[in-house]
Amino acid sequence: MSYLARFARFWWEFVVGDDWVAAALVVAAIGATAGVAASGIAAWWAMPLAVVVVLAVSLRRAIRA
Amino acid sequence: MTAGVFLVLSAFLASAVEGVEALTIVLASGVARGWRSSLAGVGAALLALAVIVASLGPALTVIPIDALRLVVGGILLTFGLQWLRKAILRASGFKALHDEDAIFATELAGAERAPHEERAGLDWYGFTLSFKGVLLEGLEVAFIVITFGSTQGSIPLAAAGASAAIVLVVAVGFAVRAPLARVPENILKFTVGVMLTTFGIFWSTEGAGGNWPGSDASLFGVLAFVVLLSFACVGVLRRRRRTMLVAAGAGA
Repeated sequence: MSYLARFARFWWEFVVGDDWVAAALVVAAIGATAGVAASGIAAWWAMPLAVVVVLAVSLRRAIRA
Repeated sequence: MTAGVFLVLSAFLASAVEGVEALTIVLASGVARGWRSSLAGVGAALLALAVIVASLGPALTVIPIDALRLVVGGILLTFGLQWLRKAILRASGFKALHDEDAIFATELAGAERAPHEERAGLDWYGFTLSFKGVLLEGLEVAFIVITFGSTQGSIPLAAAGASAAIVLVVAVGFAVRAPLARVPENILKFTVGVMLTTFGIFWSTEGAGGNWPGSDASLFGVLAFVVLLSFACVGVLRRRRRTMLVAAGAGA
C-alpha cells in the first residue's frame, strides 16, 4: 500500500471509524440543516433530531454486527 | 465564557483519557525494553505532535469562521458519535469495558518477546513502541485541541486544558509506576463522547447557517439533550441485552 493510501486510510479510520453510514447521515443532516436555514425557518432543532436518528441507526448496526 | 469552560473541560478530559492509554504503552515499553529508549520515543513523539499543532493551528485560523465551524462541527460530530456509540455499547454490556491492566499485560508480553535490535544506541522496539503509542494517542488530543481551539478562537486555552491533563497523568503515573487502572476510564470516555457530540451539534448547526436561541448559553441545553439521549440509549440497550440473554438461556 502506498504512503498516500495509508495516510488516507489512517484519517478515514480516525474520523469515520467503523460505521461509514453514520458519517454519511451526519453529512446529509448538515445539508438538511443548511436547507432549512436557507429557507428562512429556524434550523437549530434539525441537528439534535438528526443525532437521535444517527445514533439509533448506528447502535442498531453495531448490535447486529 | 460558557464555551470557554466547555472548551477547557473537553480538552482536559479527552487528554486525560488518551494520556492514560499512552502511559500504559510507555510503562510496558519501559519495563520490558528499558527506560532510555522508551523515553526517547516519548520525546520524539511529543516533538512531532508539537510541530503538528504549531503548523496546523495557525493555518486553520485564516479560514472564515462559518466555513470552519461547518467542517469542524461535521468532523467533530462524526468523531464524537464514534466515541459515544462505543461508550453506550460498553455501558450497556454489548462491548467489553476498557481494562488498562489487561492491556498492560498484553503490551508487556509482546515487548518481552520481541527480538533486540539496536539503532543509534537505542533499543529500536522500545523506541518505536513508545513513539507510536504516544503519537497515535496524542494525535486525538492534537485534533481536539486544534479543532476546538480554532473554532472557538482560542487554541492556547484548549492547549492549556490538554497540558494540565497530561501533566496530571504523567505525575500520577510516575508516582505509582503502574497502569492507572483505577482511573474511571470508561466513564471519562462516555463524558468525552458526550462533549464532542455536543460541540459537533452546536458548531455544525451554526456553520450550516442556523442560529441557536440564547447563543452560547444554549450549549447547556444541547449538553443536557445529549446526556439524556445517551442514558436513554443505555437503558434501552440494557433491556434489550437482558431479553437476548433470557432468550438465549431459554433456547439452550
